[in-house]
Amino acid sequence: MGALIDFVNKLLNKDDVPSKDLAKERLRLVLVHDRATLSPELLMTLKEELINVLTKYLEIDVAGLEVNLDRADDTVALVANIPVKSVRRA
Amino acid sequence: MESSQVIVITSGKGGVGKTTSTANLGHGLAEQGYKVCLVDADIGLRNLDVVMGLENRIVYDLVDVVEGNCKLRNALIKDKRNENLYLLPAAQTRDKDAVQPEQMIELNRQLREQFQYILIDCPAGIERGFKNAIAGADAAIIVTTPEVSAVRDADRIIGLIEAAEIPAPKLIINRLRPDMVKKGDMMDIDDVIEILAIDLLGVVPDDESIIVSTNRGEPVILDKHSRAGQAYRNISRRIAGEDVPLMDLSSPGLLEKLRRLVGGK
Repeated sequence: MGALIDFVNKLLNKDDVPSKDLAKERLRLVLVHDRATLSPELLMTLKEELINVLTKYLEIDVAGLEVNLDRADDTVALVANIPVKSVRRA
Repeated sequence: MESSQVIVITSGKGGVGKTTSTANLGHGLAEQGYKVCLVDADIGLRNLDVVMGLENRIVYDLVDVVEGNCKLRNALIKDKRNENLYLLPAAQTRDKDAVQPEQMIELNRQLREQFQYILIDCPAGIERGFKNAIAGADAAIIVTTPEVSAVRDADRIIGLIEAAEIPAPKLIINRLRPDMVKKGDMMDIDDVIEILAIDLLGVVPDDESIIVSTNRGEPVILDKHSRAGQAYRNISRRIAGEDVPLMDLSSPGLLEKLRRLVGGK
């Protein structure tokens, strides 16, 4: 019976990803933050201060700015995507 | 004693099997002939005594010893089944502030004179009780289950153990269900090890016999037919330095079950 339900679910394209893969991926992301001890509030502050510094030199698209901690294998990186509108003249 | 070792058994999250693991590993080491003392460091939430079936023998407790109300030997309770195994129970009517880390270090010093292995059952959480329990430990065993909440808390605890400069904590994955792993509905051993990046000490399969044996106050390791008991026996031999391979956890198929039935095994 259980096997039949599994089969029907597969046909209906539910449970496409094994739930353990979801667990692993969610853990990976949450641990990046836990380990870096950067709370969402702290990340927000970091973002605001980054904007303050960057706008001294560049005109940036503040709304499009993304700052996140990212993890690849055993390293954590701060990944920032900062759309530049124009460079200020010296 | 020459070469005594204080090992703290911890997890962060409650209910993952710290106390059960402590009781079983204590029996496993004592069975090998080592002198073992189990310390219940969960002040105010005493539990190791009932898991071991020794709850009726308690007169004094850990807080009595550190406060000097009694001698250490008056508070130690000898196990019913193994004369190498002793329990130092937690106080039930006090709170975690009744003990200081320095007092735990002094207690360990006294225990080291008489025992080869001192296993400390740590309270859940990361506050005072945890800090007391890890004070002066030589090694740490982290217990987790293959669930997101338990693994996350284990990760936090590993960080705190490393910050306390206790070398190389080792992991026990408890309550693994091979049937769910097979279906992709439970993280497997490799998944958990990859995430936590520490050495594996052993894996204990989910086993109803643990509940039955705990009901009786008899650690499951005493049940020679239990798979969880076998897993704990293996782990206790690894703690003592023996190289024991991981047991095959795959659940036997129908044909194998029939064969065992016919073969009378």
